[in-house]
Amino acid sequence: MDYLLDGLVRAFVLLFSLDPETYSAIRTTVVVSSLSIAGSMILGAPLGFLLGHSTFPGKRGVRMVVDTLLSFPTVVIGLLVYAMLSRRGPFGELELLFTLPGIALGQVMLGLPIVVAMTATAVENMDRRLRLTLETLGASPRQVLATTLWEARYHLALAAVAAYGRIVSEVGISMMVGGNIKWHTRTITTAIALETGKGQFAMGIALGLVLLFIAFGVNLSVSGLRRLAEYDR
Amino acid sequence: MKKRLLLILALVLVSALSLPVLAQAQTPVLMMATTTSTDNTGLLDVLAPVFQQETGIELRWTAVGTGKALAMGRNCDVDVLLVHAPAAEKQFVDEGYGVDRTEIMYNDFVIIGPESDPAGVRGRTVVESMKTIAEKKIDFVSRGDNSGTHKKELSLWKAAGMAVPDKAPWYVQTGQGMISTINVAAERNGYTMTDRGTYIKYEATNNGDAPLKIIVEGDKALFNQYSVLCVNPEKCAKVKYDLATRFREWMASAPTQQRIAEFRLLGKQLFTPNAR
Repeated sequence: MDYLLDGLVRAFVLLFSLDPETYSAIRTTVVVSSLSIAGSMILGAPLGFLLGHSTFPGKRGVRMVVDTLLSFPTVVIGLLVYAMLSRRGPFGELELLFTLPGIALGQVMLGLPIVVAMTATAVENMDRRLRLTLETLGASPRQVLATTLWEARYHLALAAVAAYGRIVSEVGISMMVGGNIKWHTRTITTAIALETGKGQFAMGIALGLVLLFIAFGVNLSVSGLRRLAEYDR
Repeated sequence: MKKRLLLILALVLVSALSLPVLAQAQTPVLMMATTTSTDNTGLLDVLAPVFQQETGIELRWTAVGTGKALAMGRNCDVDVLLVHAPAAEKQFVDEGYGVDRTEIMYNDFVIIGPESDPAGVRGRTVVESMKTIAEKKIDFVSRGDNSGTHKKELSLWKAAGMAVPDKAPWYVQTGQGMISTINVAAERNGYTMTDRGTYIKYEATNNGDAPLKIIVEGDKALFNQYSVLCVNPEKCAKVKYDLATRFREWMASAPTQQRIAEFRLLGKQLFTPNAR
């Protein structure tokens, strides 16, 4: 029971004493999850739009594949990405194993299905008159894409938050692809796994709380942005 | 307008954070795969900064079981290994993946269990103890992860003339690191085998009063040798053999050997240097 209280106290001590190891893990987590969420959104939003907007044979099959990928276990993604990036693997030349971009690559695979599925659903559920209006006004395909995504921006923000939540909390990919290297690829979650493995439960709980603070900060800023956007209109 | 400002602010923040990560390509970096015992005890945290100071080479390591460390060597993903499974290492060298195997230090394995010693094996030889634990069906917790410690344990069952009790209800395989495995043994009031270094670290974590005590020790069969191996540059063209060699020589050098001997927790020595 002492673990919990001890962990809470340690979390504050770590944060306010500017503990370099903790801040290294926090920085790594922020950098890598930002890269990952950016990659997921840049790729996922247009793909989700395509999936929701257009009709083509086999669309339901694609939807099902995307929905299945939502439950892709992170250790399997980690294993696949490790096999790809290993010097013995097809992309070994890129030397991405044990690097932050390598982890981000795996995390994009984790975030992408979430963004695609949620964007597609948002686009599908949009007012059909928007599309008709755009087409009557002679909008180019790119303008249709941009306008539709803009109209779906709150849903996109929701998709981003959901994907970010999964990316920032995953441990399998960071551990297998990143290797949990101190000062370099040690994220908050792999540090928690390590501290727990070392039997330092309080430290693990402390880092977990730090992660929750970050998640809280992200959600706070998203809801702030949203309020600001509504105020702007 | 405010929105755009915020967005730009966020972008600037993220890129400022990522800059130091991207701009660090100058120092030569040596990538090592090692076992959890050298990492979890904190030994590498002591040695790596000195190594960097003296050679200018940055040592980065990933701590996995010896089995996985050897696999990473086979895949050419690391430059050097610090592991403790002599038989597997020899095979690794024979297959041409590793070169220059150099013995660096040793400690010993111990069998730990509850103070009350429910199997009554205190002070016996390791082979007798394992047989007795099996006969009395007292919980024995195994790493079960192909690590150096696990390989050693498997060889001890063999030495006891028994098949590995893979499916026996009292034989618990965790598939986790050493201290997690010790914690499982403590929760189940059972026995497990660990290297002495990790046990001292475990004692230190428990402020010197650990729930599991050393029951069997000092048997010759429990010797635990750690060695450095370079990954063969002929098998892996990209591997940094020159840096790996410098690390290997540095580990075997007298000052480093002295540092290993001086590394203590709770006033106890964890590893004994024995490079020749």
